[in-house]
Amino acid sequence: MGMISINGLSKRFERRAVLDELTLSIEAGDRIALIGSNGAGKTTLFRCLLGHYRYQGAVEFDGAGAARRDVGMLSRIAFVPQLPPPLRMPVGELLSFAEKGAGADRTRMTEIAEAMGIDLDEIRRQPFYRLSGGQKQKVLVTVALARDVDLMIFDEPAANLDPAARAVFIDLLAARKSASMLIASHRLEEVAPLVNRVIEMDRGKVVLDDSVVDRLKAGVLSSCRIGLSEPHPTFAAALTDWGFETSNGTHFEGRIPAGDTLRFLGLISRYASLIDLLSLDTGKS
Amino acid sequence: MTQSPRARFGLMLRLELQESLRSRWFHFYALVAVGLMVLLIFTGVSESRVLGFTGLSRLLVTYIQITMAVLPLFIIVATARSMVGDREAGNLEYMLAFPVSLRTWFWGRFVARLVLILAPVLVALAIAAVFGAIKGHEIPWRHVSLYSGLTAALATCFLGLGFLLSAVSRSTEVALGASLMIWLVLVALLDLLLLSVLIKAQFVPEFVIGIALANPLQSFRTASMILFDPQLILLGPASYVILDTFGETGYVLWALSYPTLLGLAFAGLGYWRFTKSDLV
Repeated sequence: MGMISINGLSKRFERRAVLDELTLSIEAGDRIALIGSNGAGKTTLFRCLLGHYRYQGAVEFDGAGAARRDVGMLSRIAFVPQLPPPLRMPVGELLSFAEKGAGADRTRMTEIAEAMGIDLDEIRRQPFYRLSGGQKQKVLVTVALARDVDLMIFDEPAANLDPAARAVFIDLLAARKSASMLIASHRLEEVAPLVNRVIEMDRGKVVLDDSVVDRLKAGVLSSCRIGLSEPHPTFAAALTDWGFETSNGTHFEGRIPAGDTLRFLGLISRYASLIDLLSLDTGKS
Repeated sequence: MTQSPRARFGLMLRLELQESLRSRWFHFYALVAVGLMVLLIFTGVSESRVLGFTGLSRLLVTYIQITMAVLPLFIIVATARSMVGDREAGNLEYMLAFPVSLRTWFWGRFVARLVLILAPVLVALAIAAVFGAIKGHEIPWRHVSLYSGLTAALATCFLGLGFLLSAVSRSTEVALGASLMIWLVLVALLDLLLLSVLIKAQFVPEFVIGIALANPLQSFRTASMILFDPQLILLGPASYVILDTFGETGYVLWALSYPTLLGLAFAGLGYWRFTKSDLV
């Protein structure tokens, strides 16, 4: 029995099934990357979990069937939406509401905001909707991370963040060991270093549920060969850091822990235009 | 994190009060409600005499007539679009992810808005009373307090209707269109307009009286005029019939209780619909 058990979850809009008999279990400690194309049902799944939508099927929290939008259940979930809402309230008021109404820790909010590169005292009086897209996202992430919750739901959380803030955000999430995470992202490479499970959705169904951590525990290594069209010192240095060896600067060979596959693919995707040859052998076939 | 339902309600109430105090609709509404009274005072309405009304009574009668047209329209339009607008903008998606019950959320907003809608009218009445005292006019305290009660009843009614429209409408356009349509129908059914036509066309009196009683605008209009014009000389034929049937006290009680209960019923229906449908 998982922390959250979803059984036969269906959601229809005008006869079109956006979630189709979806069954899924989220364990405590799961850090899940939820991927899939537009319309796959990721946001709808979040909205069902948060009780925003009516649905068919069952969602259980710790084995108990939860009523739709159960306040006790919501107090254990933090959420960051895909698009920051245009709230008119000043930032200070939002933080105060999060503190009094959802138990966000004031000191932790200040620390997290600082790490993300925003000064809460500076923007406290500003209406939330007047902040830049990145600032809004940072405030929402700050509120979510300052809450003591069991599950964090992030819908494209890094979409508006600059690269530096994105890196800090990933570090902050990585450091948060106590909560499970469900992170929707179009860019798997972005959240790859963070997650131990990847779920891909397509047309309201789970089409891939890959638990990376199991293979990591088993100590499996994958053999990898990479061929470049031309030498590239930066990429070569990065591969050397991963323990790869090369004889001519264009062909590299090495072994990566299977559990780090996603993180590794995230790295090499940045140099995709240089890559002529790529082979990754898990040794299974 | 444990918080009593009362504390959560207080939190929600405060949030909505602050949110509304910042909003343009409230600034404009407060300006109109208070500004009208100030305008009437400065134009010397209280010094004129029309059909026996003068002094503060004349001022209040004029204010009442304008309020009856303006107040419901403001309330229903501003309220109907509020929740739909929040849904369309994505505010509901975020705010309803916090652990606040829908009951606290909905009724906290309702009470906060009721307080804010009544505040400018009460301020306007207080200004009138102060003006009357300075000018040495006799202050009709019974009228002022009953008028406050009638305004609160009318405000509750249209606020409830606004919340219902907001809960059932899927877009701001639909909510706005429906609220304007309802307001127009209710204005058209006042005894000045359609009811007079119905009586002239010799409709069954019970039918006409039924419409007049069911229309909260008509209830407000008749009851507020009873205070100043017990014979209802200024009003149309439906009011005569109503007065004959109910008597002054009976009708004032009806005009206080019926719109209030109707508004609460509308709001209750809106809450039920809100909880039974998709929230975003």
